[in-house]
Amino acid sequence: MAFVNFSDDSTAKLLLDKIALASQSLGQVRLMEVCGTHTMEIGRLGLRSLLPKNIDLISGPGCPVCVTPGSYIDAAADLALSYGARIVTYGDLIRVPGIHTSLEEAKSKGADIDIVTSPLIALDIAKAHAGQQVVFLTVGFETTTPASAKAIMNAANEGLQNLSFFVSHKIVPPALEILIADKQLGLSGFILPGHVSAIIGQTPYQFLADQGLPSAITGFEPLDILAGILLVTDMLRHKKSAIVNAYTRIAKPQGNPLAQELVYRVFRVADALWRGIGKLPQSGLTITDEFGFFDATKRFSMGNIDDSEMPEACSCGDVLKGRIKPVECPLFGTSCTPSNPVGPCMVSSEGSCAAYYKYGA
Amino acid sequence: MCLAVPGKVITISGDIATVDMLGNITTADISLIEEVRVGDYVMVHVGFAIQKYNEEEAKITLDLLKDLAEAVEKDGIR
Repeated sequence: MAFVNFSDDSTAKLLLDKIALASQSLGQVRLMEVCGTHTMEIGRLGLRSLLPKNIDLISGPGCPVCVTPGSYIDAAADLALSYGARIVTYGDLIRVPGIHTSLEEAKSKGADIDIVTSPLIALDIAKAHAGQQVVFLTVGFETTTPASAKAIMNAANEGLQNLSFFVSHKIVPPALEILIADKQLGLSGFILPGHVSAIIGQTPYQFLADQGLPSAITGFEPLDILAGILLVTDMLRHKKSAIVNAYTRIAKPQGNPLAQELVYRVFRVADALWRGIGKLPQSGLTITDEFGFFDATKRFSMGNIDDSEMPEACSCGDVLKGRIKPVECPLFGTSCTPSNPVGPCMVSSEGSCAAYYKYGA
Repeated sequence: MCLAVPGKVITISGDIATVDMLGNITTADISLIEEVRVGDYVMVHVGFAIQKYNEEEAKITLDLLKDLAEAVEKDGIR
Protein backbone atom coordinates (compact mmCIF):
# COMPACT_ATOMS: atom_id res chain seq x y z
CA MET A 1 0.00 0.00 0.00
CA ALA A 2 1.33 3.42 -0.90
CA PHE A 3 0.34 5.09 2.35
CA VAL A 4 2.48 7.77 3.92
CA ASN A 5 4.07 6.20 6.98
CA PHE A 6 2.54 7.60 10.17
CA SER A 7 4.39 5.30 12.53
CA ASP A 8 7.99 6.08 11.65
CA ASP A 9 10.27 5.90 14.73
CA SER A 10 12.64 8.74 13.95
CA THR A 11 9.81 11.21 13.29
CA ALA A 12 8.11 9.99 16.48
CA LYS A 13 11.29 10.73 18.41
CA LEU A 14 11.53 14.16 16.82
CA LEU A 15 7.94 14.95 17.78
CA LEU A 16 8.46 13.72 21.34
CA ASP A 17 11.52 15.97 21.63
CA LYS A 18 9.50 18.93 20.39
CA ILE A 19 6.66 18.20 22.77
CA ALA A 20 9.21 18.26 25.60
CA LEU A 21 10.59 21.57 24.33
CA ALA A 22 7.18 23.15 23.79
CA SER A 23 5.95 22.15 27.23
CA GLN A 24 9.01 23.30 29.20
CA SER A 25 7.62 26.74 29.96
CA LEU A 26 4.19 25.37 30.86
CA GLY A 27 2.84 24.27 34.21
CA GLN A 28 0.78 21.12 34.51
CA VAL A 29 -0.94 20.35 31.19
CA ARG A 30 -4.05 18.17 31.32
CA LEU A 31 -5.23 16.96 27.92
CA MET A 32 -8.29 14.81 27.53
CA GLU A 33 -8.32 12.18 24.82
CA VAL A 34 -12.02 11.78 24.20
CA CYS A 35 -12.00 8.60 22.13
CA GLY A 36 -11.59 5.09 23.51
CA THR A 37 -9.66 4.07 20.42
CA HIS A 38 -7.13 6.79 21.29
CA THR A 39 -6.98 5.53 24.89
CA MET A 40 -6.16 2.04 23.65
CA GLU A 41 -3.51 3.25 21.21
CA ILE A 42 -1.92 5.56 23.81
CA GLY A 43 -1.73 2.55 26.15
CA ARG A 44 -0.33 0.27 23.48
CA LEU A 45 2.40 2.77 22.63
CA GLY A 46 3.23 3.35 26.30
CA LEU A 47 2.92 7.03 25.50
CA ARG A 48 2.15 8.23 29.02
CA SER A 49 5.61 7.20 30.19
CA LEU A 50 7.29 8.83 27.17
CA LEU A 51 5.69 12.25 27.58
CA PRO A 52 7.15 15.00 29.79
CA LYS A 53 6.10 14.74 33.44
CA ASN A 54 3.97 17.88 33.21
CA ILE A 55 1.76 16.49 30.43
CA ASP A 56 -1.04 14.34 31.70
CA LEU A 57 -3.40 12.49 29.35
CA ILE A 58 -6.88 12.07 30.82
CA SER A 59 -9.20 9.51 29.26
CA GLY A 60 -12.69 10.71 28.44
CA PRO A 61 -16.19 9.38 27.81
CA GLY A 62 -15.56 8.04 24.28
CA CYS A 63 -16.53 4.44 24.86
CA PRO A 64 -20.04 3.96 23.42
CA VAL A 65 -20.63 0.68 25.18
CA CYS A 66 -19.56 2.14 28.55
CA VAL A 67 -22.08 4.99 28.37
CA THR A 68 -24.97 2.75 27.26
CA PRO A 69 -27.37 2.59 30.25
CA GLY A 70 -27.60 -0.62 32.24
CA SER A 71 -31.39 -0.48 31.93
CA TYR A 72 -30.95 -0.50 28.12
CA ILE A 73 -29.01 -3.76 28.37
CA ASP A 74 -31.64 -5.25 30.68
CA ALA A 75 -34.39 -4.18 28.26
CA ALA A 76 -32.55 -5.77 25.32
CA ALA A 77 -32.14 -9.03 27.25
CA ASP A 78 -35.84 -8.88 28.12
CA LEU A 79 -36.79 -8.46 24.45
CA ALA A 80 -35.03 -11.72 23.73
CA LEU A 81 -36.26 -13.67 26.76
CA SER A 82 -39.82 -12.34 27.17
CA TYR A 83 -40.75 -11.56 23.55
CA GLY A 84 -38.64 -14.22 21.86
CA ALA A 85 -37.04 -11.54 19.72
CA ARG A 86 -33.73 -12.24 18.00
CA ILE A 87 -31.18 -9.67 19.16
CA VAL A 88 -28.49 -8.53 16.75
CA THR A 89 -25.58 -6.58 18.25
CA TYR A 90 -21.98 -5.50 17.96
CA GLY A 91 -19.79 -7.88 19.96
CA ASP A 92 -18.62 -5.25 22.43
CA LEU A 93 -22.02 -5.07 24.12
CA ILE A 94 -22.36 -8.78 24.90
CA ARG A 95 -20.47 -8.95 28.20
CA VAL A 96 -21.38 -5.52 29.57
CA PRO A 97 -23.30 -5.93 32.83
CA GLY A 98 -26.70 -4.25 32.86
CA ILE A 99 -28.44 -3.70 36.17
CA HIS A 100 -29.86 -7.19 36.63
CA THR A 101 -28.42 -9.15 33.72
CA SER A 102 -26.24 -9.09 30.61
CA LEU A 103 -26.76 -10.24 27.03
CA GLU A 104 -24.24 -13.00 27.67
CA GLU A 105 -26.37 -14.26 30.55
CA ALA A 106 -29.51 -14.02 28.42
CA LYS A 107 -27.77 -16.06 25.72
CA SER A 108 -26.87 -18.73 28.27
CA LYS A 109 -30.58 -18.91 29.10
CA GLY A 110 -31.40 -19.62 25.48
CA ALA A 111 -31.90 -16.14 24.01
CA ASP A 112 -31.23 -15.77 20.29
CA ILE A 113 -28.38 -13.29 20.05
CA ASP A 114 -26.28 -12.74 16.93
CA ILE A 115 -23.05 -10.76 16.86
CA VAL A 116 -22.39 -8.73 13.72
CA THR A 117 -19.84 -6.24 12.43
CA SER A 118 -22.26 -4.14 10.38
CA PRO A 119 -25.90 -3.07 10.75
CA LEU A 120 -26.51 -4.22 7.17
CA ILE A 121 -26.09 -7.82 8.33
CA ALA A 122 -29.14 -7.33 10.58
CA LEU A 123 -31.22 -6.98 7.39
CA ASP A 124 -29.97 -10.33 6.10
CA ILE A 125 -30.70 -11.93 9.48
CA ALA A 126 -34.23 -10.50 9.45
CA LYS A 127 -34.81 -11.98 5.98
CA ALA A 128 -33.48 -15.36 7.08
CA HIS A 129 -35.78 -15.39 10.15
CA ALA A 130 -38.97 -14.04 8.62
CA GLY A 131 -41.16 -15.58 11.33
CA GLN A 132 -39.28 -13.89 14.19
CA GLN A 133 -38.96 -10.29 15.37
CA VAL A 134 -35.36 -9.15 14.93
CA VAL A 135 -33.99 -6.18 16.90
CA PHE A 136 -30.69 -4.47 16.12
CA LEU A 137 -28.98 -2.81 19.11
CA THR A 138 -28.14 0.53 17.59
CA VAL A 139 -25.38 2.07 19.72
CA GLY A 140 -22.40 4.26 18.90
CA PHE A 141 -21.22 7.82 18.34
CA GLU A 142 -21.28 9.99 15.21
CA THR A 143 -18.89 7.67 13.35
CA THR A 144 -21.48 4.91 13.52
CA THR A 145 -24.78 6.81 13.16
CA PRO A 146 -24.68 7.17 9.34
CA ALA A 147 -24.38 3.38 9.01
CA SER A 148 -27.39 2.94 11.31
CA ALA A 149 -29.36 5.54 9.34
CA LYS A 150 -28.61 3.77 6.06
CA ALA A 151 -29.60 0.39 7.50
CA ILE A 152 -32.95 1.82 8.69
CA MET A 153 -33.52 3.43 5.31
CA ASN A 154 -32.73 0.16 3.52
CA ALA A 155 -35.10 -1.70 5.84
CA ALA A 156 -37.83 0.80 4.93
CA ASN A 157 -37.11 0.55 1.21
CA GLU A 158 -37.20 -3.25 1.39
CA GLY A 159 -40.37 -3.20 3.50
CA LEU A 160 -38.88 -5.44 6.19
CA GLN A 161 -41.72 -6.00 8.66
CA ASN A 162 -39.90 -8.04 11.30
CA LEU A 163 -36.87 -5.79 11.87
CA SER A 164 -36.62 -2.90 14.33
CA PHE A 165 -33.86 -0.80 15.85
CA PHE A 166 -33.32 -0.18 19.57
CA VAL A 167 -31.48 3.13 19.46
CA SER A 168 -29.04 4.45 22.05
CA HIS A 169 -26.89 6.68 19.83
CA LYS A 170 -24.91 9.46 21.49
CA ILE A 171 -23.50 12.76 20.26
CA VAL A 172 -20.02 13.72 21.49
CA PRO A 173 -19.89 17.57 21.69
CA PRO A 174 -22.75 17.97 24.27
CA ALA A 175 -20.90 15.57 26.59
CA LEU A 176 -17.72 17.65 26.27
CA GLU A 177 -19.73 20.74 27.13
CA ILE A 178 -20.75 19.11 30.43
CA LEU A 179 -17.21 17.92 31.17
CA ILE A 180 -15.60 21.32 30.72
CA ALA A 181 -18.09 22.82 33.16
CA ASP A 182 -16.46 20.59 35.81
CA LYS A 183 -13.70 22.96 36.91
CA GLN A 184 -12.31 20.27 39.21
CA LEU A 185 -10.98 18.54 36.08
CA GLY A 186 -8.79 21.52 35.24
CA LEU A 187 -8.50 20.52 31.59
CA SER A 188 -6.05 22.41 29.35
CA GLY A 189 -7.23 21.10 25.99
CA PHE A 190 -8.57 18.18 23.99
CA ILE A 191 -7.32 15.46 21.67
CA LEU A 192 -10.46 15.18 19.54
CA PRO A 193 -11.72 11.97 17.92
CA GLY A 194 -10.66 11.70 14.28
CA HIS A 195 -13.42 9.46 12.97
CA VAL A 196 -16.26 11.26 14.75
CA SER A 197 -14.80 14.38 13.15
CA ALA A 198 -14.72 12.69 9.72
CA ILE A 199 -18.52 12.84 9.94
CA ILE A 200 -19.25 16.07 11.87
CA GLY A 201 -16.27 18.21 10.81
CA GLN A 202 -14.64 20.95 12.82
CA THR A 203 -17.36 23.51 13.64
CA PRO A 204 -19.22 21.60 16.40
CA TYR A 205 -16.11 21.87 18.62
CA GLN A 206 -15.70 25.63 18.31
CA PHE A 207 -17.12 26.21 21.81
CA LEU A 208 -14.02 24.51 23.24
CA ALA A 209 -11.70 27.03 21.60
CA ASP A 210 -14.02 29.88 22.60
CA GLN A 211 -13.69 28.80 26.22
CA GLY A 212 -9.90 28.79 26.08
CA LEU A 213 -9.39 25.09 25.41
CA PRO A 214 -7.14 24.55 22.38
CA SER A 215 -7.90 21.24 20.73
CA ALA A 216 -6.71 19.08 17.84
CA ILE A 217 -8.70 16.70 15.64
CA THR A 218 -6.41 13.71 15.79
CA GLY A 219 -5.91 10.47 13.86
CA PHE A 220 -4.98 7.10 15.29
CA GLU A 221 -1.47 6.30 14.05
CA PRO A 222 1.43 6.94 16.45
CA LEU A 223 2.54 10.11 14.65
CA ASP A 224 -1.04 11.37 14.50
CA ILE A 225 -1.39 11.17 18.27
CA LEU A 226 1.97 12.82 18.88
CA ALA A 227 1.05 15.53 16.36
CA GLY A 228 -2.22 16.19 18.19
CA ILE A 229 -0.38 16.54 21.50
CA LEU A 230 2.33 18.76 19.98
CA LEU A 231 -0.19 21.06 18.27
CA VAL A 232 -2.22 21.56 21.45
CA THR A 233 0.91 22.05 23.57
CA ASP A 234 2.23 24.57 21.06
CA MET A 235 -1.04 26.51 21.19
CA LEU A 236 -0.92 26.50 25.00
CA ARG A 237 2.63 27.83 24.87
CA HIS A 238 1.58 30.66 22.56
CA LYS A 239 -1.61 31.27 24.57
CA LYS A 240 -3.69 30.56 21.47
CA SER A 241 -6.97 28.75 21.51
CA ALA A 242 -8.27 27.20 18.30
CA ILE A 243 -9.55 23.95 16.88
CA VAL A 244 -6.85 22.59 14.59
CA ASN A 245 -7.13 19.61 12.30
CA ALA A 246 -4.19 17.19 12.40
CA TYR A 247 -6.12 14.51 10.48
CA THR A 248 -6.96 16.27 7.21
CA ARG A 249 -6.33 13.12 5.17
CA ILE A 250 -9.62 11.77 6.57
CA ALA A 251 -11.46 14.52 8.46
CA LYS A 252 -12.51 17.41 6.23
CA PRO A 253 -13.37 20.76 7.85
CA GLN A 254 -17.04 20.35 6.90
CA GLY A 255 -17.07 16.62 7.78
CA ASN A 256 -19.19 14.38 5.58
CA PRO A 257 -22.32 16.36 4.53
CA LEU A 258 -23.88 13.39 2.73
CA ALA A 259 -23.68 11.29 5.89
CA GLN A 260 -24.99 14.16 8.05
CA GLU A 261 -27.97 14.64 5.75
CA LEU A 262 -28.84 10.95 5.91
CA VAL A 263 -28.52 10.89 9.72
CA TYR A 264 -30.96 13.78 10.12
CA ARG A 265 -33.51 12.24 7.74
CA VAL A 266 -33.74 9.15 9.91
CA PHE A 267 -32.94 10.52 13.38
CA ARG A 268 -33.61 13.64 15.38
CA VAL A 269 -31.63 15.00 18.32
CA ALA A 270 -33.03 14.22 21.76
CA ASP A 271 -31.95 14.22 25.39
CA ALA A 272 -29.98 11.09 26.24
CA LEU A 273 -28.94 9.11 29.25
CA TRP A 274 -25.17 8.52 29.56
CA ARG A 275 -24.34 5.72 31.96
CA GLY A 276 -22.24 7.00 34.84
CA ILE A 277 -22.70 10.61 33.72
CA GLY A 278 -26.45 11.19 33.72
CA LYS A 279 -29.08 12.70 31.44
CA LEU A 280 -27.51 15.21 29.08
CA PRO A 281 -29.71 17.56 27.05
CA GLN A 282 -29.67 17.16 23.26
CA SER A 283 -26.90 14.57 23.39
CA GLY A 284 -28.47 11.60 21.65
CA LEU A 285 -30.58 10.52 18.70
CA THR A 286 -34.03 9.05 18.35
CA ILE A 287 -35.80 7.76 15.22
CA THR A 288 -38.01 10.34 13.46
CA ASP A 289 -41.75 9.78 13.06
CA GLU A 290 -41.24 9.06 9.34
CA PHE A 291 -39.26 5.94 10.25
CA GLY A 292 -41.10 5.30 13.54
CA PHE A 293 -42.25 1.88 12.33
CA PHE A 294 -38.67 0.70 12.84
CA ASP A 295 -38.33 2.06 16.39
CA ALA A 296 -38.14 -0.92 18.75
CA THR A 297 -39.31 1.21 21.69
CA LYS A 298 -42.59 1.78 19.83
CA ARG A 299 -42.96 -1.77 18.55
CA PHE A 300 -42.58 -3.40 21.96
CA SER A 301 -43.93 -2.14 25.24
CA MET A 302 -40.64 -1.65 26.97
CA GLY A 303 -39.79 -0.41 30.43
CA ASN A 304 -38.28 3.03 30.86
CA ILE A 305 -34.61 3.39 30.12
CA ASP A 306 -34.09 5.73 33.05
CA ASP A 307 -31.32 4.24 35.16
CA SER A 308 -27.83 5.49 34.43
CA GLU A 309 -26.18 3.96 37.48
CA MET A 310 -23.01 1.93 37.27
CA PRO A 311 -22.79 -1.42 39.06
CA GLU A 312 -22.34 -1.05 42.82
CA ALA A 313 -18.86 0.08 43.98
CA CYS A 314 -17.78 0.55 40.33
CA SER A 315 -16.05 3.89 39.60
CA CYS A 316 -16.55 3.72 35.82
CA GLY A 317 -18.62 6.93 35.96
CA ASP A 318 -15.77 8.94 37.47
CA VAL A 319 -13.36 7.33 34.99
CA LEU A 320 -15.58 8.38 32.05
CA LYS A 321 -15.74 11.93 33.40
CA GLY A 322 -11.96 12.05 33.77
CA ARG A 323 -12.23 12.60 37.52
CA ILE A 324 -10.10 9.61 38.39
CA LYS A 325 -7.72 7.32 36.56
CA PRO A 326 -8.65 3.63 36.38
CA VAL A 327 -5.87 2.69 38.83
CA GLU A 328 -7.45 4.92 41.48
CA CYS A 329 -10.53 2.67 41.64
CA PRO A 330 -10.20 0.29 44.60
CA LEU A 331 -11.56 -2.57 42.48
CA PHE A 332 -9.07 -2.09 39.64
CA GLY A 333 -7.02 -5.22 38.99
CA THR A 334 -8.23 -6.92 42.16
CA SER A 335 -11.94 -7.73 42.11
CA CYS A 336 -12.33 -6.15 38.64
CA THR A 337 -10.31 -7.54 35.72
CA PRO A 338 -11.11 -8.10 32.02
CA SER A 339 -11.86 -11.77 32.68
CA ASN A 340 -14.10 -10.89 35.62
CA PRO A 341 -15.25 -7.31 34.99
CA VAL A 342 -17.45 -5.39 37.41
CA GLY A 343 -18.23 -2.42 35.16
CA PRO A 344 -18.32 -1.55 31.46
CA CYS A 345 -14.98 0.35 31.45
CA MET A 346 -13.24 -2.97 32.13
CA VAL A 347 -15.32 -4.89 29.57
CA SER A 348 -15.20 -2.88 26.41
CA SER A 349 -12.26 -3.07 24.04
CA GLU A 350 -12.35 0.74 24.24
CA GLY A 351 -12.84 1.04 27.97
CA SER A 352 -10.20 3.03 29.85
CA CYS A 353 -9.92 0.42 32.61
CA ALA A 354 -9.39 -2.34 30.04
CA ALA A 355 -6.69 -0.22 28.36
CA TYR A 356 -4.88 0.49 31.64
CA TYR A 357 -5.12 -3.16 32.67
CA LYS A 358 -3.85 -4.46 29.34
CA TYR A 359 -0.97 -2.05 28.89
CA GLY A 360 -0.19 -0.96 32.45
CA ALA A 361 -0.69 2.46 33.94
CA MET B 1 -16.15 1.17 18.16
CA CYS B 2 -14.87 4.17 16.23
CA LEU B 3 -12.19 2.07 14.61
CA ALA B 4 -12.02 2.50 10.86
CA VAL B 5 -9.75 0.54 8.57
CA PRO B 6 -8.42 1.70 5.20
CA GLY B 7 -9.14 -0.35 2.11
CA LYS B 8 -8.71 -0.10 -1.66
CA VAL B 9 -11.81 -0.18 -3.85
CA ILE B 10 -11.55 -3.03 -6.36
CA THR B 11 -15.02 -3.16 -7.93
CA ILE B 12 -18.20 -1.11 -7.59
CA SER B 13 -21.75 -2.29 -8.09
CA GLY B 14 -24.39 0.27 -7.12
CA ASP B 15 -23.96 1.20 -3.45
CA ILE B 16 -21.65 -1.71 -2.74
CA ALA B 17 -17.93 -1.92 -3.41
CA THR B 18 -15.51 -4.80 -3.07
CA VAL B 19 -12.65 -3.56 -0.93
CA ASP B 20 -9.17 -4.92 -0.33
CA MET B 21 -8.36 -4.30 3.32
CA LEU B 22 -4.72 -5.27 3.75
CA GLY B 23 -5.30 -8.48 1.81
CA ASN B 24 -8.77 -9.23 3.20
CA ILE B 25 -11.37 -8.88 0.49
CA THR B 26 -14.67 -7.63 1.85
CA THR B 27 -17.63 -5.51 0.80
CA ALA B 28 -18.45 -1.98 1.92
CA ASP B 29 -21.40 0.29 1.33
CA ILE B 30 -20.08 3.40 -0.43
CA SER B 31 -23.29 5.44 -0.53
CA LEU B 32 -22.13 7.79 2.25
CA ILE B 33 -19.37 9.32 0.13
CA GLU B 34 -19.36 11.00 -3.24
CA GLU B 35 -17.47 10.07 -6.38
CA VAL B 36 -15.80 6.87 -5.32
CA ARG B 37 -13.78 5.27 -8.10
CA VAL B 38 -12.05 1.94 -8.47
CA GLY B 39 -8.53 2.36 -7.08
CA ASP B 40 -9.54 4.90 -4.40
CA TYR B 41 -8.66 4.22 -0.78
CA VAL B 42 -11.55 4.55 1.67
CA MET B 43 -11.88 4.32 5.46
CA VAL B 44 -14.33 1.56 6.36
CA HIS B 45 -16.31 1.51 9.62
CA VAL B 46 -19.03 -1.10 10.41
CA GLY B 47 -19.34 -2.01 6.74
CA PHE B 48 -19.51 1.56 5.43
CA ALA B 49 -16.93 3.74 3.73
CA ILE B 50 -17.09 6.94 5.81
CA GLN B 51 -14.49 8.99 3.94
CA LYS B 52 -11.96 8.78 1.15
CA TYR B 53 -8.32 8.62 2.18
CA ASN B 54 -6.54 11.67 0.81
CA GLU B 55 -2.91 10.79 0.07
CA GLU B 56 -2.00 14.39 -0.81
CA GLU B 57 -3.27 15.59 2.56
CA ALA B 58 -1.28 12.82 4.24
CA LYS B 59 1.94 14.14 2.68
CA ILE B 60 1.04 17.73 3.57
CA THR B 61 0.38 16.76 7.20
CA LEU B 62 3.75 15.10 7.52
CA ASP B 63 5.52 18.11 5.97
CA LEU B 64 3.62 20.48 8.27
CA LEU B 65 4.65 18.43 11.28
CA LYS B 66 8.27 18.67 10.30
CA ASP B 67 7.88 22.44 9.79
CA LEU B 68 6.23 22.76 13.18
CA ALA B 69 9.04 20.77 14.78
CA GLU B 70 11.54 23.17 13.21
CA ALA B 71 9.56 26.18 14.36
CA VAL B 72 9.61 24.91 17.94
CA GLU B 73 13.37 24.53 17.63
CA LYS B 74 13.88 28.07 16.30
CA ASP B 75 11.60 29.66 18.87
CA GLY B 76 13.78 28.24 21.56
CA ILE B 77 12.66 28.39 25.15
CA ARG B 78 11.56 31.52 26.83
